[in-house]
Amino acid sequence: MIIGPIGFTVPWLLVALAALPILWVILRAVPPAPIRRRFPGVALLLGLRDDDSVTDRTPWWLLLLRMLAVAAVIIGLAGPVLNPRDEGDTVRTGPMLIVLDASWSSARDWPSKSALLDTMLAEAGRASRPVAVLRLTAPEPPVFQSAESWRSRLSGLAPSAWAPGPGDMAQAAAVLGDTSFETRWFSDGLAREGRDRLLQALESRGPVTVHESAVPVLALTPATVEDGTLQVTARRVSPGPAREISVEAHGRDPSGVPRLLATLPLNFEAGATQATGALTLPAELRARLTRFEIAGQSHAGAVTLTDDSLKRREVALIAGREDREGLELLSPLHYLEQALEPSADILDGALMDVLPANPDVIVLADVATLSGAEQAALLEWTEQGGMLLRFAGPRLAASDVARSEEAPLLPVRLRAGGRSVGGAMSWGEPKALAPFAESSPFFGLPIPDDVTVSAQVMAQPDPTLADRVIAQLSDGTPLVTRKRIGTGQVVLFHVTANAEWSSLPLSGLFVQMLERLAVSSAVALPDLAELQGTTWQPVQVLDGFGTLREAGTLPGVDGERLISDMIGADLQPGLYEGPDRRFALNVIAPDTELAPTTWPARVPVTGLERPPEAPLGGWLLAGALLLLMADVIASLALSGRLAPARAAITGIVAATLLIPGGAEAQTQSDRDKALLAASEVVLAHVLTGDPQLDEMARSGLMGLGETLFFRTSVEPAAPVGVDLEMDELAVYPLLYWPVTPDQPIPSAEAYVKLNDYLRTGGMILFDTRDANVAGFGASSPNGRKLQRLAAPLDIPPIEPIPDDHVLTRTFYLLQDFPGRHSGRPVWVEAAPPDAEQVEGMPFRNLNDNVTPVVIGGNDWAAAWAMDSRGNPLYPVGRGFSGERQRELAYRFGVNLVMHVLTGNYKSDQVHVPALLDRLGQ
Amino acid sequence: MTLSAPLRARSESEASRFPALLARAEQLAGTVLLGEHGRRRAGMGDDFWQYRPVQAGDELRHIDWRRSARSDTQFIRQREWQIAQSVTIWVDQAASMRFASGDDLPEKADRARLVALAISILLNRAGERVGLSGDEVPPRRGEAQISRVAEALLREGEADYGAPQTEGMAAHGRALFLSDFLGDIAPVREALTAAADRGVQGVLFQVLDPAEESFPYRGRTIFESVGGTLAHETLKASELRDKYLARLAARKDELRTLCSKTGWQYGLHHTSDSAQSALLWLYNAFDGGHGR
Repeated sequence: MIIGPIGFTVPWLLVALAALPILWVILRAVPPAPIRRRFPGVALLLGLRDDDSVTDRTPWWLLLLRMLAVAAVIIGLAGPVLNPRDEGDTVRTGPMLIVLDASWSSARDWPSKSALLDTMLAEAGRASRPVAVLRLTAPEPPVFQSAESWRSRLSGLAPSAWAPGPGDMAQAAAVLGDTSFETRWFSDGLAREGRDRLLQALESRGPVTVHESAVPVLALTPATVEDGTLQVTARRVSPGPAREISVEAHGRDPSGVPRLLATLPLNFEAGATQATGALTLPAELRARLTRFEIAGQSHAGAVTLTDDSLKRREVALIAGREDREGLELLSPLHYLEQALEPSADILDGALMDVLPANPDVIVLADVATLSGAEQAALLEWTEQGGMLLRFAGPRLAASDVARSEEAPLLPVRLRAGGRSVGGAMSWGEPKALAPFAESSPFFGLPIPDDVTVSAQVMAQPDPTLADRVIAQLSDGTPLVTRKRIGTGQVVLFHVTANAEWSSLPLSGLFVQMLERLAVSSAVALPDLAELQGTTWQPVQVLDGFGTLREAGTLPGVDGERLISDMIGADLQPGLYEGPDRRFALNVIAPDTELAPTTWPARVPVTGLERPPEAPLGGWLLAGALLLLMADVIASLALSGRLAPARAAITGIVAATLLIPGGAEAQTQSDRDKALLAASEVVLAHVLTGDPQLDEMARSGLMGLGETLFFRTSVEPAAPVGVDLEMDELAVYPLLYWPVTPDQPIPSAEAYVKLNDYLRTGGMILFDTRDANVAGFGASSPNGRKLQRLAAPLDIPPIEPIPDDHVLTRTFYLLQDFPGRHSGRPVWVEAAPPDAEQVEGMPFRNLNDNVTPVVIGGNDWAAAWAMDSRGNPLYPVGRGFSGERQRELAYRFGVNLVMHVLTGNYKSDQVHVPALLDRLGQ
Repeated sequence: MTLSAPLRARSESEASRFPALLARAEQLAGTVLLGEHGRRRAGMGDDFWQYRPVQAGDELRHIDWRRSARSDTQFIRQREWQIAQSVTIWVDQAASMRFASGDDLPEKADRARLVALAISILLNRAGERVGLSGDEVPPRRGEAQISRVAEALLREGEADYGAPQTEGMAAHGRALFLSDFLGDIAPVREALTAAADRGVQGVLFQVLDPAEESFPYRGRTIFESVGGTLAHETLKASELRDKYLARLAARKDELRTLCSKTGWQYGLHHTSDSAQSALLWLYNAFDGGHGR
């Protein structure tokens, strides 16, 4: 039975609703039940009478409450169902073929698709219909099996990262066989060649229903570099209303952990199918990019991988002479810097310093001789694919390099002296450039007329010379020569890199030549000719959901297929590794067209969603329970027995509020703790998580507090342990931090607090408690832990405590700072470099601050520790000398607290002469 | 065998309660310091009372030579006369005493036993003879008597409301009645009259639960006595409160006048108060009696 959107599974139970009025009458007549109590004083009650009887009839609203509860129970048991499945017209018989596009664009809706598929298979199983599944990305002849067996394999059906090609569609149409069946087609919503033919083939065998999501698919095209920014373009299948999406740029952080590096919002205008945005990233960040991804679209089409083409080149510039200060325009590197700066990262430094950075290009401007080690390292770097670009100059011309035999790092042998043309002492005009040969990398560059060469170094004629010349002058002398070494190359410009010998560096041609040599430009996309004959090995491939997986044993592919072929099962999208670079093969190429499917009107197309059946019985029964609970409370209230029940109700309410209440209580107790610390002097120690150590630190600070109380006017309250993550630190003058190898490293937020604490005058006493056996070479576990703990802290330079540090005389005169151990070096903030001892003064005018850290390993807390009766807890040394050591430890503690509280007050004596002078004495 | 097991278990649990009660009572008694109370006149005893000159008829061995040596006359050292009295205690064992209105309150019977045993210990230490009314535990002295009293106190009566027993009460002794006195008042009156006839003076100590004083009940209720013999139904318990309190006050008044007529003392104790206060009051009541 169906009423509106609600159906009932057991409708005859609703008849019981007719009994409700009878219930009304019965309930009305029954007064609330009495409660029985034991009461010894009943003997005194005997014979007493009630003045007026309490209501013996139930009030109407309580009746209504009960009637509602009973009605809810009846209706709930009748099995109401919202949106009951109307199974009448979908039940068909005969075999069923399920066609899945199973392409990357199906991946987005895959969960809802497989859910729908699951219910469909379940229905087919109930109707005993044989089912076959055909995936268009991997068409195989359909095998009709029981629906249950398909259902168990459902989780194994995953979408592919590519789309079915025309060949796949044709093959799918061919393998259908002769049996007739009903077809359910899960379309991915993208138009493609061969869909119509397959549809006809399917329709000839039975009715076809198409399931397709109405949400348009978004796709991302590979990012390109324009004017130093990254251009990111997203497409959508069909124009629609304006929409904003965000593109995430993922990459690795410096430690190699994958992270989200940047987010770029993109806006689709209303009616537009394409949205473009520019992303500006620093070069280092850009070099670490691995992929772009449209947020929230989990399919391979929304992911583009990046390869070497996005990276900026790193160029190291090294000149032979840098000593001509001021003459910038004559600097051998000036024009190179100008040409390269917009498009490349320039490294400066000595050759051996920049080589470990593995730059892409090293430029040697007029560098003649290299030391043996430099030459070997440079050669090795070049052999591994480096590009060495050399310029001639007076030094090279004057040197003996490559005179008699070919130098390994020069392309050609050079003749002594070079030549000068068109000068005052020579014949002839300055030479112009000859057009570039076809084999030259500069082929096709226009040569400006005003580029002339007036001096150059000359190549020695050689059998290999002709092959190595890539640019020459109009008289045929080589201007640029190149030699390949290993996978790298050496290029020599036979002129200077400045305008001394030629006007080439002044011209635009110079920049273009550098670009062609791939010095300045990013790595250009390889073209077809370059890829021919090479084999590329897949390293990582994308699956349909846009996740990168290791390629495993996938075979290598021919280079030209990377550009010419469509992606498919044997050419999966992903990262390929070639001879000297990586190539990213993306699902969406820059020219991929996306168009929505158009189905003929005769084919029924439905969405993926079905309004789910919602049984309401549970809700109604739960509501009835709630009503009955309300009835219990109301009945108690009516019969005046709510008072004892109130405690229970308060308890329940308190229990339900316990969790937020707990948090509140937490902050409350934190506030109390901070309030206490702010109203007294409270020494604090950092909780390390080791209960024994924390107890020791606490009793140590307590002992120190007692000592201070007896000997000085500092009267500290009981020490507290602070949790760096939770507690407010600003209220504690001193933090004692015992170091154990296994205490947790505080979080970043805690370090922010600690740094604030240190900057605003707090002091941390680090205690490695190992007597500093290893010195601060940090080979003891505690020392290493201390280094790790203190690394994020903003600690100034430190030094072993000098003899005239104010800490040696804030209360006691001390020269040793023993704790339980008596290791000597205790480290404090270093004195300013200009601190000097004034004549006649016993100490220097040191820091005008409290040192933010004191670092040592003498286990002070153990020496200070005392129990509640003032007895020392841990032995120190032996006999009298041990007691003396403990006394000195207390004195150090007193001095430390005095130093924290009074700052450099004791250092002010340094000003006494000046004050006396000012007073005229 | 089948019968003996539960009997054994029950007696074990009873026996385990017994030292607990005794220990609590000892502890309670320890809070009141006292020695043997003197009679304030010369007589047999251990404590020094006075020196007096020798009179005719004194035995020579009673002369205190040390005192006499300091003067010309001879002195006799007299000791204080110390005697023991019999105190008979009746603790109401009826069902109505086994009531406590809250989990944090002791039962009235528990408090009554505790106080009775503690005052027994105190009196015993003071040299009095203590016993329970009835024939079982007649007044005696000594530690063993305390054990006997404690054992007898742990028995529970069947009746709903108890009536005082006057058997075994020594003439001209002293008595202590501990009960809630909520039952019929006639037996109490009879017992007191009988006791007064035999020259017995004592203390009537009423132990009440706070709920019996405040009557904090509301709504439709059936009140039952603890033994279940009496019941009273009301539709609105809160309406009964004033009437109940008036009757309770009348009962207290009646007890008080009864006491004043027979020369007894009347005490009231609530189980919500500390047992020590009850003990102190009782001790004063007895000690004051001696002083008179």
